[in-house]
Formats: sequence, structure tokens, C-alpha cells
Amino acid sequence: MSRLQAQDLCVSLAGRPVLQSVSVDARGGEFIAVVGPNGAGKSTLLTVLAGLLAPGRGTVQLDGRALYGYAPRELARQRAYLPQNPRCDWPLPVERVVALGLTPGLPAFGGFPPADQARIDAALQACDLLSRRQQSVATLSGGELARTMLARALVGNPAVLIVDEPIAGLDPRHALEAMRRLARLAHEEQRLVIAAVHDLTLAMRYATRLWALRDGRLLADGPPATTLTAELLRELFDVAACVSGQGASAYVDYA
Amino acid sequence: MSLSPHKRALLAITLLLALVLVSLLVGRVALPSNALFTLWRSDADPLAVLIITELRLPRTVLALLVGAALGLSGAVLQGLTRNPLAEPGLLGVSSGAALGAVIAIHTGLAVIWPLATPLLGLAGAFGAALLTLTLGRGEGVLVLILAGAAVSGVMFAGTALALNLAPNPYAAYEISMWLMGSLADRSWDHVLLVAPFLVAGLLVLGGTGRALDALSLGEQQATSLGINLRSLRLQVLLGTALAVGAATAVAGAIGFIGLLAPHWVRPWVGHEPRRVLWPATVAGAALLLAADIGTRLLPFAQELKLGVLTVLVGTPFFVSLLLRLRRSAP
Repeated sequence: MSRLQAQDLCVSLAGRPVLQSVSVDARGGEFIAVVGPNGAGKSTLLTVLAGLLAPGRGTVQLDGRALYGYAPRELARQRAYLPQNPRCDWPLPVERVVALGLTPGLPAFGGFPPADQARIDAALQACDLLSRRQQSVATLSGGELARTMLARALVGNPAVLIVDEPIAGLDPRHALEAMRRLARLAHEEQRLVIAAVHDLTLAMRYATRLWALRDGRLLADGPPATTLTAELLRELFDVAACVSGQGASAYVDYA
Repeated sequence: MSLSPHKRALLAITLLLALVLVSLLVGRVALPSNALFTLWRSDADPLAVLIITELRLPRTVLALLVGAALGLSGAVLQGLTRNPLAEPGLLGVSSGAALGAVIAIHTGLAVIWPLATPLLGLAGAFGAALLTLTLGRGEGVLVLILAGAAVSGVMFAGTALALNLAPNPYAAYEISMWLMGSLADRSWDHVLLVAPFLVAGLLVLGGTGRALDALSLGEQQATSLGINLRSLRLQVLLGTALAVGAATAVAGAIGFIGLLAPHWVRPWVGHEPRRVLWPATVAGAALLLAADIGTRLLPFAQELKLGVLTVLVGTPFFVSLLLRLRRSAP
């Protein structure tokens, strides 16, 4: 089971501190929701954990090895990263976009190993895209595009999945489906899933753990049921909120 | 189109071969169609043999190589920038090559030694590429493109200056004629000089497919898939300097082939950058050879310049592309 640890991460962008001494430790099987206001440093934390941005200070280790010690392709085989609103600049068929997730395992030249077709089919099936496989991504709806990108991330069978706002812009049904899918990936397949989420109700219901960020600092780290309190919400977002219910029926309401 | 990839490849090669045959037979001196088959016989017309082997064959080889270089680099640059309007001149390499060649004509070196033009053209291409690389240091693609635009501007200004300060009207005429692009009067010496660069450039550019595919998801996504953007940028710049630099050095400025070829093949092979590369190479070769045959066939008192014809034919296509883009964009 994989383990992702970060110690004392500090990042400054354009002279402004974005992350200040953040330390986290996560294992396979966890579904971690990163919450916090806009500009709290959530996206920066995710890109640092994904190894796409070198921190000014601090280290990130995957399975006990520093991230910068991994060759880019080796790291790419173990973790998948999806940015906010991932897009594809060419109108490729869904199937081909999903196949791009296999890039780190492919030789530089030559065709596509036939064995990989089975992995593409499995990823398409897991994201309910079998009927769309030949459709151009330019004609997909927002929900279908989000599923396509998730399939693209999953096709390489990564142990760690880092997703920036996977449910931004999705309607309630697709948002629920997406959160369920991420939760299943953590619980049933023992992957480590880290996702920045703004919908606190869904974060409470599906995540196993919460990282609360504000002004680049980690304010809280723990299971949603005990961590996500009205007090934390006031501290995070400057809003009065009440948190009711538990588990699958929990919800967050604002005053 | 429902043709299988193999049939499409076969069709493309047949078309290319047919164009080569036409190219060997067509020109100022009309040759009978059996001239090619009697070439090896002892009773062959020595003039026909000379025309075919010393004039039309090197010209045909150059047209194929130059067209291939333009088509492939156009496809690669469209993939790198993820912009369907990108073309081989984007990195400043072709205007650098043009400046080098123009300097050779301006100084009169070209009169003393004909190969000075392509040689200085090559030097100009590499100088421009080096300048683009220095100015565009960093990781992103955008900064490289902006650096290319700046270098292009400087090289254009240099060319205009050479034209402005031309020692005599004849030199100015020579320079402007050269800038219009042509493959007339190129010898095997020209082929031998530029072919190694062209072929090396084609190979370097041809190896970018996988990375360009991943790049269609954006720079950050490509990096997360293990693609090294720095080395991709370097590979594209080096390949373009070799291929397009050599192509421009020997043939002058030839527009629209690099823009057109990738668009021409996309309806058949799809939009995946890797799958566009080699078909666009073949398409570029075929288009340029067809255009060169056109310059020899069109009945003007003076031979029509190749670069003029490609732009004349290419512009309507470019406009239709713009209209199609405007329709599909919101």
C-alpha cells in the first residue's frame, strides 16, 4: 500500500507565501478532501504532492522515496494528476484521450501494444463511457468530459490519484456520482485519493479524511465527522454555518 | 473515409510516384513519355538523359525533401502550440535562413560560388535557432513562440535592410527573386549539401509524436504523464532548424505548405498529433512537388516562382480554414 508524506512544505509564488509549513501523511485506502477558501493554497498543495512543483522548502516522499528521486515516467506510472477543468486541445475520440493515460508506459516509437486495449476498455467501463468511446471530446457534456478525464487518470492503474476540484461545474447527480466513484477507488481498490472539494456536504459524506487549508496553513486534519465543525467553518470561510447529521446523511447549511 | 490505413498509405505512395514521373517529364523541353524507359539503353538520346539526370532529378528530389520538411515541421509545430494556425516559420528559423542567403547574394559571394547561398542560409537558420533558444529560455511553450516571433522580426528587418542597401538594382532584383522561392537550376551539389540536414531534421521531428499526443492535454498534464517539456522544446527547435533551415536555405521562402499539409490529412487520419506527422510529411512532399510542376507548366513568359504559386493556391485554403474555425468557435 502506498504512502505519501510531506514535511514542512513552504512554497512562495511571485514573492507571496502560498504554503507555510504544511506537513501531511496519507496512505492508500484513504479518500482525502482538501477544503478551504479560494486562494488558500489547495491547488498548490496538490501540485506539490503530485511532484509537478518543487517546494521552496520541505520534502515530499512517496513510499519512503523523495519525489525528485523518481524519474518523471516512473512517477507518472504511480500517480495520476488531474488539474481543474482538464481539457483536450484537439477533438480526439474519447477512447484516444483515455489512451493518453498510458503514455508513461509506452515506447517512444511504434504502435500501441494490444494488451493495453483491455486496460482502456476497463477504464471506459469503470467510468460509464463505453457507448461514447468513438465520440469526439469536443462534443461531450461537462459531466462526460469529467468522466473521460477520470478514465484517462485511472487507465494507468495509479496507486495515488490527485484531483483538483473534480466536481466543479457538475450538476448534483454527476457530482454525487463522481464523489462515489472516487470513494470506491479508495475503499475498494486501496488507492490513495486526494481531491480539492468545495462542496462540504459531499466532502463530509464521502471523504474519509479532511485537510482544511487557509492562507497556506493546515488548520485541521482528521475524519470529517469530528473535524468539520461550525467553528472550523467560521475560521476557514468567515461564514456562520451549521453542520448536522452524520455519515451518509450529513449536511452543511449556511446561515 | 473508410479506406484502411494500408490502402491509404498505398494510395499516397502511388500518388507520389506518379508526381515524380510527371516531374521528370515536364519542363521547358518536352520529353516523350518513353524517355524514362529508354534512359538506360545505349541508344538513348543523350540530351534527354542529361536533362533528366542532371536537371529534373535533383530538382524533384529537392522538392520532395523540402516539401516533406515543411509538412512535418508544420504538423509538429501545430502539435506543440496546439494551434491549427502554426506554421514552420514560427520559431524564426526560416527568416534566419532567408537572411543568411540574402547576405550571400548581397555581398556577391553567390556569384563567385553558387553554394554560398544555401551554406549561409544554413548558418542563418542555426543562428536564428540559437537566438530563439536563448531568448525563450524556460519551460513553457509560449515563451519559445514569443522568442521565435521576436527573432523572426529581427531577421525580416535584416533582410529588408539588405534589400534597401543593395549595391545595385541587379542585386536587389536577385534578392527579391530569391525570396520568392524556387527550385529552378538546383544541382546535385545543392542536394548533397542540404539533404543530410533535411533528413536529420525529419528524423528528429518524427520522434516527437508521443510527447505531442500527451501535450494535447496541456503542459501540466503532459508533465504529469512523464513528458519532459524542456527536451521536447529543444527537440522541436533542433529539428526545425535542421529541416526547415535547410529547406529555406536551398529553396527560399515557401509559404503555406507547412500550414496546409497537416490540415489536408486530418480528415483522413484524425487529429491525434502523432498520427498526423508522417501523413503530413508525405502530403507536404506531394503538394510541393505538384506546385513545382505547376510552375513549369503554367504558360508565363518567365517561370512562375514556386513560393508565389504556393501562396496563391494556399491562401484560399487558409481563408476557408479560418471560416471553418469561426463557425465552430462560439
